[in-house]
Amino acid sequence: MKPAPFHHHAPTTVDEAVALLAELAPQDGRVLAGGQSLVPTMAFRLARPAHLIDINGIETLDRVAVENGKLVIGACVRHAAFHRPAVDGPLGELLGKVVRHIAHYPIRNRGTFCGSIANADPASEWCTLAAALDAEMVAQSARGTRVIAAKDFFAGIMSTALAEDELLTAVRLPLLAPGTRTGFCEFSRRAGDFAIAMALVTFRIDGGKLVEPRVAVGGAEPHARRLAEVEQALAGKAPSTAAFAAAGERAAELIDPMEDVHNSAQYRRDLVRAMVRRALEQAAA
Amino acid sequence: MNAPGEIEATKWIGRSVERLEDPPLVTGRGRYAADIAFPHQLHMRVVRSNQAHGKIVSIDTAAARALPGVVAVWTAADIADVPPVDFREGRIERLEPWRQPVLATERVRYVGDPVAAVFAEDPYVAEDAADLVTMEIDELPALLDATAELGEFSAGRTSEPTVLKQGYGDVDAAMRDAHAVVELTLSVGRHSGVPLETRGAIGRYDASRDMLELHGAAKVPHRNRDLLARMLKRSPSSVSVHEAHVGGGFGIRGELYPEDVLVCVAALRLGRPVKWIEDRREHLICANHSRQQTHKIRAAVDHDGRLLAIDDEFWHDQGAYIRTHATRVAMMICGILPGPYRVGAYRSVGHFRLTNKTPAATYRAPGRYETTFIRERLIEAIARRLNLDPIAVRRKNLIAKTDMPYHLPLEVLGEEIHMDTGDYASLLDKMLAAADWDDLQATLAQRRANGELVGAGLAMFIEKSGLGPSDGVRISVDTSGFVEVVTGGASIGQGFETVMAQVAAEVLGVDYRAIRVIHGQTDRIAYGIGAHASRATVMTASATHNAAVKLRAKALEYAAGMLQAPVEALAIVDGRVVRTDGGAGASISASMSLGEIAEGLAPTSKTRGGREPGLSAEGWFDTKHQVYPYGTHIAVVRVDRETGGVAIERYIAGYDIGRAINPILVKGQITGGFTQGLGGALYEEFVYSERGDPLSASFADYIMPTARETPAIEILLTEEAPTPLNPLGIKGAGESGITAVGAVIASAVEAAIGKPGAITALPITPQRLRRIIDGK
Repeated sequence: MKPAPFHHHAPTTVDEAVALLAELAPQDGRVLAGGQSLVPTMAFRLARPAHLIDINGIETLDRVAVENGKLVIGACVRHAAFHRPAVDGPLGELLGKVVRHIAHYPIRNRGTFCGSIANADPASEWCTLAAALDAEMVAQSARGTRVIAAKDFFAGIMSTALAEDELLTAVRLPLLAPGTRTGFCEFSRRAGDFAIAMALVTFRIDGGKLVEPRVAVGGAEPHARRLAEVEQALAGKAPSTAAFAAAGERAAELIDPMEDVHNSAQYRRDLVRAMVRRALEQAAA
Repeated sequence: MNAPGEIEATKWIGRSVERLEDPPLVTGRGRYAADIAFPHQLHMRVVRSNQAHGKIVSIDTAAARALPGVVAVWTAADIADVPPVDFREGRIERLEPWRQPVLATERVRYVGDPVAAVFAEDPYVAEDAADLVTMEIDELPALLDATAELGEFSAGRTSEPTVLKQGYGDVDAAMRDAHAVVELTLSVGRHSGVPLETRGAIGRYDASRDMLELHGAAKVPHRNRDLLARMLKRSPSSVSVHEAHVGGGFGIRGELYPEDVLVCVAALRLGRPVKWIEDRREHLICANHSRQQTHKIRAAVDHDGRLLAIDDEFWHDQGAYIRTHATRVAMMICGILPGPYRVGAYRSVGHFRLTNKTPAATYRAPGRYETTFIRERLIEAIARRLNLDPIAVRRKNLIAKTDMPYHLPLEVLGEEIHMDTGDYASLLDKMLAAADWDDLQATLAQRRANGELVGAGLAMFIEKSGLGPSDGVRISVDTSGFVEVVTGGASIGQGFETVMAQVAAEVLGVDYRAIRVIHGQTDRIAYGIGAHASRATVMTASATHNAAVKLRAKALEYAAGMLQAPVEALAIVDGRVVRTDGGAGASISASMSLGEIAEGLAPTSKTRGGREPGLSAEGWFDTKHQVYPYGTHIAVVRVDRETGGVAIERYIAGYDIGRAINPILVKGQITGGFTQGLGGALYEEFVYSERGDPLSASFADYIMPTARETPAIEILLTEEAPTPLNPLGIKGAGESGITAVGAVIASAVEAAIGKPGAITALPITPQRLRRIIDGK
């Protein structure tokens, strides 16, 4: 449980960080933010980065702000920043609802939002949220800055579109229109554990009908994603037990669940069915 | 000071006083194994097999040796003279070939099997060097199922070292003549105690005194001293073993493991102290596992559900080697299975099987957690078969109060079972009343009719506690009146010091906070059996009582002379000997403190007379039999139909302790035990891949219940059946909270899902339960 030797670099600006990353990423350099995934992996010696580029000293990355109708979350913003509404309205409430499912308090005090996105664990709540809301990922490198849409960002189990020399400096979440309802449900063996399946939904109700429903599923497949077919089936329908049950049923059919020694594909389907339905009911309530 | 006639000693026994242990522990001044450090110490890292089963072709340590800071790297060849880890209770020749070598010799037999040991200047270098040790291993098929065909342990030796048998009466005849025979196949999953503090061992050799010291011990320090001395061919008095604070024991911590032997041998040979602190992964794959068994059990019953016979055959998954306990757990299974019931004839046959998994041994309530699950499942099945109320079936078979003492020709820990006292039916009545059982069942039936999956279960059990045969305690009072109680017991966090101090305080008439209790130090007292088998309070507190009675007599006898008063007129109150008869001189001026008496009894004191010097006494408590407390648990659960998740709505643990020295500590034991039982019932399981890779090697995968999963429980603690077998009537408390949890949750879940007989295995994971609900 002692990490293999590594070099620690502590840049204080993003420019310095991306310069270091450009130089050291090819030599097995990794970014260290909250370290809640990387450090335990290093302790097990499953990860043995030769260099750690520690971004915790970059003050400009530790901010949450609304810009152009989007909530911009910097790379050093901790999960715990969302315990209280980070922004007024439904988005702040949703973030507050979701954050309570992320591990435990000490981990939330240290781990970062962007770190979770960059780590892209299939069971990450933030990744599910990013997929559901079509978040934008801001990737900066010595070569320049680009913005990657959520649907293009997540590539597989702990795999993203980020190049090795790119630093995820911020994630932008579109603010949710007033009146947007949100629901989030996950199932894990214990409170705070990696979820086996989760669902995040948003919609508005206009004239008794569901408007712009979004349904994303996480934990069950290699990466979180929206289920367009389920959303289309819900759009324009009246919120009802039957409609929500049908959505859960369809979601369970649509996914291609991961399977491992702890959880069968069938069980994950069962959970997705339940989580989608429950998240919809929670949002409608 | 009270006026004459009003003097009354404070009573300490039976009070929920605060723990003496806590001040250092809650202010960060505790001293756990990792806190122990000696100048010039080396750090050990063990290189472990990453294959479940294979022949060792070669081990290359050259690169590790070359790393700066590395002092030595050993493989089995370097310590060929060190024997395998021996059995704690002495030699058992026929089982010796299956013992675990300190470092693997020809084969590796589980992932985690120690293959080499690195000794280095700091723990990081040690781990870096361990990474550089490479080994070539010819993979052999991994045997992972104790019920499968036998494998080969070594040339000419199978994976079944022995078959254990206990029983009485004509089982076959009873089966033949029975009204009905009920048969079940049941299994309990592999899990274990996982203390917050991992293991740690610090070996130190003091050449100036030729003393070998082992620090970081727990549970059975004296036994381990003797075992180490035997293995290392040293005189027992040249080995001392020391217990510091211990962050949880649960039966698994404190046994002698290969690492303990390694640090001692290394300290002797390298001439420097050697420290080893286990990491969590090591703990989960190397420290003793427990529980895993499959039972095929049959019961012959008459039409009323009376148990005419039980016939049990089981397969005990011992893992890769036989460790210090030898066959204890499996033998206990054979003996304790009938529990609180009268069984006409009985036979238990246990196949003691080795597999390529972590070796197994005792975990809190060994044998009882498993058999209570098996037996109570059987009772439920009998009730179903005969269409009887399961509680009525239990009542029909309970051993009655009037049957006590009840003897069974079965053995547990080498002693015949003699249930000393007990009124099982009375506790059952109290529990049913506490739960409002009939109303509860009606409410649950209504909720089920409304679509909820809710149900209640009940399970009964006996415990066994207070393993003898003997404990000794030496008490001495210094000239300030401070009392020291030197025991051969051990403290694994259970409140040992507090309880011993309460008993000594009660007899000696002093404040329990004016007492220091010594435990786990083999250089302070020659004998000790430690803390296991719920024995510490029964045995060590009884010895403390006996020693205190002798010391009190000595103090009063001396004081009587000095105060010119008859001994019968004296009492000790707040550490002073005073007159209680209101006679002449019965005032504070004519009292004597224990400190003054200690001064008067000093070797140089002119008033000592012909008395033995010192205000001190040694007391012993001997027993032929363990004592048998008993309990009943009730659980109400709610099952989530869609996820298979189980929530505990209500849990009542009923237990008869005989006499509680400190009720809140007893309740603490029950609450903690319950939580661990919940782990084994719903969460915890060591899972292996088909190749024998451990898949539960971190806290992300080995799932223990946390505060969020653990409900507040109700405890019904009774003192109806104190034992006549010790002076205070004490029975043990350490294991009662865990014993019935698997059994009672299984019954409650089954009731909730409305599928009688569906639960045949623990743990009841959500995925498994989901499948059962779906009927797949």
